[in-house]
Amino acid sequence: MIADNVDVVVIGGGHAGCEAGLAAARLGLKTIIFTLSSDNIAFMPCNPHIGGSSKGHLVREIDALGGEMGKNIDKTFLQSKMLNKSKGPAIHSLRAQADKLAYSKEMKKVLENQENLYIKQSEICELIWEELDKDKDVFLCNEGYEKKITGVKTVTGLIYNCKSVILCTGTYLKSRCLCGEAITYTGPNGLQPSNMLSDSLIKAGIELRRFKTGTPARMDGNSIDYSKMEVQYGDSPVIPFSFDTNPADVQKEQHNCYLTYTNEKTHEIIRNNIDRSPMYSGVIEGIGPRYCPSIEDKVIKFPDKIRHQVFIEPEGTHTNEMYVDGMSSSMPEDVQLQMYRSVPGLENCIIVKNAYAIEYDCLVSGQLYPTLEIKKIRGLFSAGQFNGSSGYEEAAAQGLYASINACMQILNKPYLSIDRSEGYIGVLVDDLVTKDNLEPYRMMTSRAEYRLLLRQDNADIRLRKKGYECGLISKEKYDALLIKEDQIEKEIERLKSVKVGAAAPIQKFMDEHNSPRLKTAVSLSELICRPELDYYSLSEIDPDRPDLPADVIDQVEINIKYEGYIERQQRQVDKFRKMEKKKIPADINYDDVLSLRLEARHYLKKFKPVNVGQASRISGVNPADISVLLVYLENYNRNN
Amino acid sequence: MIFKEDTICAIATAMIDAGIGIIRISGENALSFASKIYIDTKGEHSLLNFKTHTIHYGFICDLDENKIDEVMVSVMKAPKTYTREDVVEINSHGGRVVMETILNLLIKIGCRLAEPGEFTKRAFLNGRIDLTRAEAVMDLIHAQNEFSMKNSEIQLSGELFNKIDSIRKEIIYELAFIESAIDDPENYDLDGYNERLTKKNESWLSKIQKLIDSSNEGMIRKDGINTVIIGKPNAGKSSLLNKLAGKERAIVTDIEGTTRDIIEENIRLDDIILHVIDTAGIRDTDDVIEKIGVEKAVDSAKSADLILYIIDSTDSDFSHDERINNIIKENHVIVLLNKNDISDSINVTEEDIHKKYGNDIPVIKTSMVDETGMDDLKKIIGDMFFDGSILPKEEMYITNLRQREALINSEQSLEKVRESLNAFMSEDFLSIDLMNAYSYLGEIIGQEVDDDLVEEIFSKFCMGK
Repeated sequence: MIADNVDVVVIGGGHAGCEAGLAAARLGLKTIIFTLSSDNIAFMPCNPHIGGSSKGHLVREIDALGGEMGKNIDKTFLQSKMLNKSKGPAIHSLRAQADKLAYSKEMKKVLENQENLYIKQSEICELIWEELDKDKDVFLCNEGYEKKITGVKTVTGLIYNCKSVILCTGTYLKSRCLCGEAITYTGPNGLQPSNMLSDSLIKAGIELRRFKTGTPARMDGNSIDYSKMEVQYGDSPVIPFSFDTNPADVQKEQHNCYLTYTNEKTHEIIRNNIDRSPMYSGVIEGIGPRYCPSIEDKVIKFPDKIRHQVFIEPEGTHTNEMYVDGMSSSMPEDVQLQMYRSVPGLENCIIVKNAYAIEYDCLVSGQLYPTLEIKKIRGLFSAGQFNGSSGYEEAAAQGLYASINACMQILNKPYLSIDRSEGYIGVLVDDLVTKDNLEPYRMMTSRAEYRLLLRQDNADIRLRKKGYECGLISKEKYDALLIKEDQIEKEIERLKSVKVGAAAPIQKFMDEHNSPRLKTAVSLSELICRPELDYYSLSEIDPDRPDLPADVIDQVEINIKYEGYIERQQRQVDKFRKMEKKKIPADINYDDVLSLRLEARHYLKKFKPVNVGQASRISGVNPADISVLLVYLENYNRNN
Repeated sequence: MIFKEDTICAIATAMIDAGIGIIRISGENALSFASKIYIDTKGEHSLLNFKTHTIHYGFICDLDENKIDEVMVSVMKAPKTYTREDVVEINSHGGRVVMETILNLLIKIGCRLAEPGEFTKRAFLNGRIDLTRAEAVMDLIHAQNEFSMKNSEIQLSGELFNKIDSIRKEIIYELAFIESAIDDPENYDLDGYNERLTKKNESWLSKIQKLIDSSNEGMIRKDGINTVIIGKPNAGKSSLLNKLAGKERAIVTDIEGTTRDIIEENIRLDDIILHVIDTAGIRDTDDVIEKIGVEKAVDSAKSADLILYIIDSTDSDFSHDERINNIIKENHVIVLLNKNDISDSINVTEEDIHKKYGNDIPVIKTSMVDETGMDDLKKIIGDMFFDGSILPKEEMYITNLRQREALINSEQSLEKVRESLNAFMSEDFLSIDLMNAYSYLGEIIGQEVDDDLVEEIFSKFCMGK
């Protein structure tokens, strides 16, 4: 039975699904989110925090584009910290502890109150598509499509017709959880898995793989002795994630986290029982992430480390449960209990939820276009852990990005494109589509080659315009950004042109700030460049400065202090962009490019890059192949 | 690297020691780069104001204004040039060494060494030439690609490879440490790191500086086809070198083991330049100095492009040294049955050689006394050269220049690291130039960066949460 006709179907109500559903509905398209449990919208099945190194950047970017994650964590955080504050501005990163239940409830409220958006608790078991006809669908076939999505079917037999589907299935596809010898066929936290959709995807010609991840135990907070641990406080003042949150609204009493360590005893328990770990006994088939190793991995792979950090973090205000960060495990529960209890402060701990590993089906992500649409199937987009990434923030960023592009396709408007020099989202998407990722992909600042430009402080300047062009950022907010940019530019100009001479009061000021005396007149901006001085400290000798908001001053200061580095990076970006601009036609036949090496030809055919820059990043394609390709394309363009 | 649209330079004339050579520069900075090293008779630097398609007399100076060469400089402004970009051509008279010095100067101030066919490629991409020419360029790129793939490692001595590899390993370790500390700041601490990295950085710089110095002295450079003469003591190796060189280069005596060290000579056979190395005779010996000579001989034979294996055909004991057998199996070899003038006592024949090493191995009967077989030898070497079984020298030469360019670039990157360290910049600023240095050094040994950093982070550092 045809239950409804909608524009966009989102499969999954996790962090990717929420952003995807909201974005599509906000762009005016009738959207429905299918979830296995409407009580678990935006559920956080693993760690209780949002942000962290490079992930904080993603949240800022989501916010700049008009997404929801930043606003939602600002409403529901328990503790907040800016990481790497003592280091360069490019790697400052916000991280907040979330009240999990509050986060989920607040997000659900936003979804429920969003016009055009509907939530439906039901399992999707089939995609419905039609094969394209080479004679009738000439345009789509020339673009490389073979099928077109037309709808989805629920397990109860309802059919929803739609123009686009966004797969946000997280870790639920054919998932199974492992705890020692015990295997349960469930999704995370005992939730229902989705066992039928994988087969439909395979039938559509999509290649899937199996990944694995894990989570530590949750403990009864009353059983923990915090006096044996170091207390970890939040920052004051708190800096909000969202550019739209009023900083005054996030100054509140914060919860503490605690730090303790494993020890030789813990490691011995693990070593003695390693044969009972499904990771080591070979029961687990999925490939796990190396950046988030289980405690048994840490102990076995780094035998020289005499201790590992363990953070005890609150799960929320509704519960006493505490998250044991740093000790995820798939050991049998009896071993878990011994190993946790060997840690100072956890001697008498009571495990509420045991640690486990989870395996699930996900996409071989090289099958994606940079729009996050699956090649060959018009209208089928995907995001989040289904794409082989890990992390709430990575998922949300993709959900938003995939959804915007699904909508742009329906609305017949230009796709949203964020390249590697414009945002971490660009790096994330590009890495997913050009690389054979052999483990769950996590964002890291080292993956961003232009990271000096991709700071969390300037995400609005980098991406708000794109959000506005897509229709997710209001005119009002965009105008505010233009004013900010103008203020920044004018103030930098002013600081470069205003000179101070070697007069006595100035020299006195220099002495007071332990800064070398002036020999000749210098500009204020030159003084800001001195490590011992900054914008604020110069106020004494800069009486005519305008009254500017703090975020403008931050930008002014960063741009002046790091000008040389920023300029160098900008030059690299200019070169990079030239290659990104060279488009590769969808119907290119690499067999016609005579001098390509076989290996390069193989990978170019496999990944179907959309531009030369992307082609150059595919492993197996070397600079000489790119040269050959450029010459071929020039000739192709002349003949067409 | 090949597709960057920056300013490129190369020696445009053949790499043989001709009287005149041309260095071509093309790209948007061609005029300003050339201006930095050009000086006219009045001591003026600028080429920028010269009319297009004009030629000017003057000098090339280094950055300290020392004159290097007397030159004619052609200025051709876009678009009516071969590449449709600004082009400067420097006509030099100073021979190869001077031209190389000029090229190095250009690289130092920001030019990039052109890839093979890159001028023509640019001409095509800028709409200057037609497809037939373009196809030729694609083939050239392709050929070069194949060549450099198999060649970059062969060209390096094991020692050089190890040196560069060990610097790279240290750099990537430090990079991974910095990145781990950025990613997991609660776990890895960067206190006092500035000092530690400064020490490291200075040691890398001094090692790279040494490599650059030695590259000027020819440690990296290998002109011509690297040809090694091997054989048992007193088989006639030194005589062969002298015959090829046309002069007394090596001491020739009847006493076995006279040549104890390596003697090298560049020899020109028509269009081909051989870099010939005469070695100590390979045999077991108790003489400490001779022993070292034998080891050197074996080493240099391993990295040879061509081996001339000379056998005393009167040798009654034609039992081969195992070391020689190994060398012969793995190289292009021409066997010379020497002392053929002593015809009544021939003990080793062509059949013996073919039986031992297969029928494909060329064998020539020679005599160093009456020069029998010398013409045959030249002909066989020529055939091997032109059918491509031994490597053409010009491409070798370019690879060497490229290696030096990469060394200079990595040095400059580490100097930027030094500046940032001195300014107490935070570690995330250092990593940019460290990564550049790592990547340039990788070019020398033919290794791309790929996911090295992420791999290193995960294999060396235990990420916490």
